[in-house]
Amino acid sequence: MRKKPVLHAIPVASLLDRARSRVLPWAIMKTHPEFSKWVLELIRRTSVDLSADIEGALQHAKTNENPGSPAASAFESVLENVALARKQSTPICQDTGTNIFFVYHPAGLSQRKMEHDIEAAVVEATSKSYLRPNSVDSLTGANSGNNLGRGLPSIHFHEWDKEEILVRLMLKGGGSENVGAQYSLPNTALGAGRDLKGVEIVVLDAINKAQGKGCAPGIAGVCIGGDRGSSYLESKVQLFRKLDDRNQLPELRELEERLYRKSNLLEIGPMGFGGRTTTLGVKIGVLHRLPASYFVSISYMCWACRRREMRIKNGGMTID
Amino acid sequence: MTRIELPASAESIAALKTGDVVKISGVMITARDAGHKFLVEHFIERSPQPDEAELFRKLSSLLRGGVIYHCGPVVAKDNGSWRFVSAGPTTSIREEPYEHKIIEAFGVRGIVGKGGMGEKTLEACKRFKAVYLHAVGGAASLIASSVVEVLDVHKLEFGVPEAFWVIRVKDFDAVVTMDSHGESLHKKVEETSTRHLDAIIKEIIQGK
Repeated sequence: MRKKPVLHAIPVASLLDRARSRVLPWAIMKTHPEFSKWVLELIRRTSVDLSADIEGALQHAKTNENPGSPAASAFESVLENVALARKQSTPICQDTGTNIFFVYHPAGLSQRKMEHDIEAAVVEATSKSYLRPNSVDSLTGANSGNNLGRGLPSIHFHEWDKEEILVRLMLKGGGSENVGAQYSLPNTALGAGRDLKGVEIVVLDAINKAQGKGCAPGIAGVCIGGDRGSSYLESKVQLFRKLDDRNQLPELRELEERLYRKSNLLEIGPMGFGGRTTTLGVKIGVLHRLPASYFVSISYMCWACRRREMRIKNGGMTID
Repeated sequence: MTRIELPASAESIAALKTGDVVKISGVMITARDAGHKFLVEHFIERSPQPDEAELFRKLSSLLRGGVIYHCGPVVAKDNGSWRFVSAGPTTSIREEPYEHKIIEAFGVRGIVGKGGMGEKTLEACKRFKAVYLHAVGGAASLIASSVVEVLDVHKLEFGVPEAFWVIRVKDFDAVVTMDSHGESLHKKVEETSTRHLDAIIKEIIQGK
């Protein structure tokens, strides 16, 4: 009798090859001819060149620490590293994380073709050492070696009305991801009820539990509501916002400011060495929820907050 | 600032105190999740098998008086030789179930990582004269520039991040956050921040 094939025994690469070998009408699948090359550049920039808002906040934080303290020396190393990575075009952090893409595109473009182009760019970026091979088979422990795998890279497509393509990329490191947390309110142990006071309490609890383990000073991306899955995803989407971006909703704007101020009273400091800067920002989104559920999800982003976006329009591209 | 030359003596390690800023030079070896599990299961919980005797001998001589670096680097290969491109520390607490056994069995004098470790490691540091050294998480390109040479790699089949990389470092920056006298900066910081948190939560609940 023939042995039934076991799904997990099939290497990921062959699954991907098989998906592609289905006769796809590549010729009529529209995307931009330079798309893959430009995504490669987006990956490089995201990995090696920290955004100006984050670097500025780190520079400011350094001036708040006592000269000669472990906290001050941590900020000095961080800033020296940021400059060196940019100059050498080498990864700011060796953990180049989960590669999370959000693609917003006009009607008529092929998502399968874009997915293919993004995967090709990820493989190329790995061979150029902009990315560490970071995709591990959870059953066998084998590293795919090229950052492809089941669910990796993580790509989210959205069709929109604009005549341009927006590709957002976040490199979300594992150390910071491990200290993320999801609370189901009410939480009796903390005294957190189903209201914004309860949200405030659990976000502070998560930041305190993280200590230096997620590479403080971090940025807390928060989502109130949703289900367990959508809530975590929205908490990550919040991390794309610039540090100076002010929330459109007044009650959330106030909560963000309050949490930013209070989290910095914890004295966890950079790397958990103790110090005056524990977070660089708190960004909060909100989703509708079921009557029975009240989730608060916190995605912790390390100081090496690597996220950028690329706009493709009028035959050219810009990266911010 | 204190200089540590590897291999380190018990006396030089005992002189270090929490909060000391150090520069490490010499040969160290990287190990993270798969490496720690391997060391404990293959060399501590059983005797080295004949086909692993050579690896055991090599690793033992590196670890005696040596330093384990919790790191999964980005590497590049130029003309057949490896180079560290980006190599900051990974979160150490995942190795807490293994580290105390490794410190005891191999005579390791230092652990370099980030985020600190727990009671078992702190106790082993005290009993066997070792320290935990905190490197700056995320400062990976800068740290890679203090790795002057990649001497060898073992168990590359674990994947690039998980392999044992044998490296020569010069002036590798770190801060002592757990010393061989039972002191842990991490414990202190957490106690302080939790005290602050409790006070803040009380205020929120009381509506202040």
